[in-house]
Amino acid sequence: MARAITSQRKALNTALAWGVGLLIFFPILWTILTSFKTEAQAISDPPVFLFFDWTLENYSVVQERSNYGRFLWNSIIIAGGSTILGIIIAVPAAWSMAFVPSKRTKDILLWMLSTKMLPAVGVLYPIYLLFIKLGLLDTKIGLVIVLMLINLPIIVWMLYTYFKEIPGEILEAARMDGATLREEVLYILTPMAIPGIASTLLLNVILAWNEAFWTLNLTAAKAAPLTAFIASYSSPEGLFYAKLSAASTMAIAPILILGWFSQKQLVSGLTFGAVK
Amino acid sequence: MFAKYALGAATAISLIAAGSASAETITIATVNNGDMIRMQGLTDDFTAKTGHDVEWVTLEENVLRQRVTTDITTKGGQFDIMTIGMYETPIWGKNGWLVPLDDLPAEYDADDILPAMRGGLSVDGTLYAAPFYGESSMIMYRTDLMEKAGLEMPDAPTWEFVAEAARAMTDKDNGIYGICLRGKAGWGENMAFLTATANAFGARWFDENWQAQFDQPEWKETLEFYVNLMNDAGPPGASNNGFNENLSLFQQGKCGMWIDATVAASFVTNPNDSTVADKVGFALAPDTGKGKRGNWLWAWALGIPAGTQKTDAAKEFIQWATSKEYIELVAAKEGWANVPPGARTSLYEDPNYKDVPFARMTLESILSADPTNPTVDPVPYVGIQFAAIPEFAGIAGQVGQEFAAALAGQQSVDEALAKAQALTTDEMEAAGY
Amino acid sequence: MATQHSQPADRLTMAPPAPKPASQPAAADHQSGTKHARTAARLMMAPAVILLLGWMLVPLTMTLYFSFKKFLPLRGGDLGWVGFDNYVRFVSSSAFWPSVQATLVIVGGVLAITVVLGVLLAILLNQPMWGRGVVRILVIAPFFVMPTVSALVWKNMFMDPVNGLLAHVWRAFGAEPLVWLTEASTQSIILIVSWQWLPFAMLILLTAIQSLDSEQLEAAEMDGAPPVKRFAYITLPHLSRAITVVVLIQTIFLLSIFAEIFVTTQGAFGTKTLTYLIFQRVLESQNIGLGSAGGVYAIILANIVAIFLMRIVGKNLDA
Repeated sequence: MARAITSQRKALNTALAWGVGLLIFFPILWTILTSFKTEAQAISDPPVFLFFDWTLENYSVVQERSNYGRFLWNSIIIAGGSTILGIIIAVPAAWSMAFVPSKRTKDILLWMLSTKMLPAVGVLYPIYLLFIKLGLLDTKIGLVIVLMLINLPIIVWMLYTYFKEIPGEILEAARMDGATLREEVLYILTPMAIPGIASTLLLNVILAWNEAFWTLNLTAAKAAPLTAFIASYSSPEGLFYAKLSAASTMAIAPILILGWFSQKQLVSGLTFGAVK
Repeated sequence: MFAKYALGAATAISLIAAGSASAETITIATVNNGDMIRMQGLTDDFTAKTGHDVEWVTLEENVLRQRVTTDITTKGGQFDIMTIGMYETPIWGKNGWLVPLDDLPAEYDADDILPAMRGGLSVDGTLYAAPFYGESSMIMYRTDLMEKAGLEMPDAPTWEFVAEAARAMTDKDNGIYGICLRGKAGWGENMAFLTATANAFGARWFDENWQAQFDQPEWKETLEFYVNLMNDAGPPGASNNGFNENLSLFQQGKCGMWIDATVAASFVTNPNDSTVADKVGFALAPDTGKGKRGNWLWAWALGIPAGTQKTDAAKEFIQWATSKEYIELVAAKEGWANVPPGARTSLYEDPNYKDVPFARMTLESILSADPTNPTVDPVPYVGIQFAAIPEFAGIAGQVGQEFAAALAGQQSVDEALAKAQALTTDEMEAAGY
Repeated sequence: MATQHSQPADRLTMAPPAPKPASQPAAADHQSGTKHARTAARLMMAPAVILLLGWMLVPLTMTLYFSFKKFLPLRGGDLGWVGFDNYVRFVSSSAFWPSVQATLVIVGGVLAITVVLGVLLAILLNQPMWGRGVVRILVIAPFFVMPTVSALVWKNMFMDPVNGLLAHVWRAFGAEPLVWLTEASTQSIILIVSWQWLPFAMLILLTAIQSLDSEQLEAAEMDGAPPVKRFAYITLPHLSRAITVVVLIQTIFLLSIFAEIFVTTQGAFGTKTLTYLIFQRVLESQNIGLGSAGGVYAIILANIVAIFLMRIVGKNLDA
């Protein structure tokens, strides 16, 4: 009896969860489907769902028009580079906040977060002038630095919350054994914090990948990532839903695939210290 | 004999050497319109002829404008050629931000550029950007629906007739809307159309003393006429429809009439994209008998920012892209209907082009537009669908939002005009007029 | 659990502002280690702090500088100092207060939707079911989509009143399609942004729920407490900290949303947020001075919101 109820409930949960999941995922699914339609099928009335002549034509048109590979490569370098650089700078900071906290730790953390509140459009002009002076316009390194700075507060905060959960006893034991600070960080903390670092890494790659203001406004041809790629397909002359869908799919696919493969790490680590 | 040969060979070698030594890579910012995409696809022809490579930065219009404006005002130097319009060119040229194009070689035949286009892209007689294509606005209408409504479109209709026809053609149950007009907020969207239309109704943006004129009855008449017409005979959600949205509506056969850029004619008559390609007629933009028609003048042009290191290569590209040969190249590959229109007089004298159904009306529309004398009453500014002052884009962007809200029924015409008047006055004061 | 205990204790020993070295013999060992560690800690924190200080101060200084100038690039650039003119003009413009309101409505709306739906979704996904991994993948996917793309997809393929999928659904039920971006402009933006951020909220809340002591819930169930009560008295209090985190982080990101508005309404129909207004001043009107003054107001607004948040929910962040 009890078993029956549980399995009934399980079935109900399953149905409900799948329904909600598909609903939330539907816009993405629809975009992917549309990218394989012809332009006429993309706007047919009534809409066609699965039974249409699947075509790769949109992808070849998009590829012919823009060098997707270069945009993709720039995105990878910029998102990856800014995240790795950010983590290198943030790990020591987060360590010291977590293990040698002072009464100002929380203030510093919140101050760091508050630097994210400066509206980007308000400082476009000054930053652009600065980039001209430094010769950083349309360079990947320039974007790596800017995106690193934008996401640094989030990285520090995430790492801080993971480090805080590492029991102090282990460190003390290590110290008793004569471990130096460097060894402590390198051999004890870091391995224990790997899950946290991994999910920090992932979250920041996602944030950097999707950043669309600086990456668009500080680049021209050489360093332009996928956000610029998509800007050449939004609102074209005429209604090109299928091509827009193909370009959209190409822009989001890499990060979507990465996210799906690593969702376990992302899910397990994304707590921001919310769990105690 | 031998000496002559040697000399010839030497010259040839030195020419080649000069050509290859100066081979450069130029960066061009352009808009993602169909004609520019086509130009992008033909880059190889340019590279083969000159040895220069091209890096394209193709962006959607709003992003492009934001991008090139930031770069030119800060002298960022990211682009060797920028695609700009008739609004930006005189302002930037006057500021000395563009390289003058007054030394183009004779074979380029700069005098062949349509005088209206040339005038709009020059400052004090010096050309600052070469038109890639030019446009006016005109009526595109469905000949079958017009016939069904028992009406006949004259070549030069009045607004009264257009409104009557629009209401007669409307069949909302079958998804047919008599008239599609721009409603989406933006200085280059609804305000381009409304400013040009207001000219036909006798309205103007500013009087001779730069005082905003939205409190005048002509504006009220314009806006009321437009809102009422769109409510009766326009498509749903018209306040979000810009050029692109209306184009697709028309191509899908949902519009009886559409008054918009003449370049759209080649899109609506292209059977690959348009379901109504063989049922489209053309007429001049309507008037109200006050002596002005609501047809604008615009050109997408290529300009070289001052300060680029690659001026010569950039000039070579502009000569290639805006030449007669380029037009022939496109005609050979894509047909005459797809060549960039509205830039050169010779195109309209070409017998091949005379067969294109919209050629005559496009030329007539362009010729009848007069940016230096756009309104019934005198004005201190140049420009038909805009006023060529730096403040216009910002002001018209905001006014456009008020007018779009009026079209959407979220505020009355009077409220929209009052707000437009207040904010325009405010901005003009801030700018020191 | 051990951490929870040792951290506050640690903090307490260091709480007195005046350094009192080694007054307590028992703690001497610990103290000297701490002292050494503190010097190192400062050094380790330095790069991050200095970089962020630079990233804050350089733009802020430049923004402040421009905000007191009449700076019109299209009219020759720097036209001299104007005192507080830009500040006065920015606030007295008729667009200012509506933009503050729009900002708060959009941020508040998205927060409310993502938190409420996030909690419900997290509870649902925490139940036993078949294929949970796949469902979780489906649910978090929107978070990976760039804002520009999601705005484009929603605007063109769903909300378009003629060809949008939602219009087809409306018509299938015999209703006149809703012109989303005009008739329900703010709600549309909230919908798009919520769709993007719901996965983030859900993920954090899910991790929190998974840490909930299931025995406690089972005991309550045994006692005959109805689900609503179990939720209100056990689950929700447990989630308060996670909710705080969600609200705080999302607020920071939501205050600066831009692409979603730029692509859809361009600030028309009451969707002009403060960020968008600044964009119009800087890039459309090309008035750097005025836009910079707006930037300063935006920072002030952001900090007011932040302080407000701290007051209400900040205590949850201690512990």
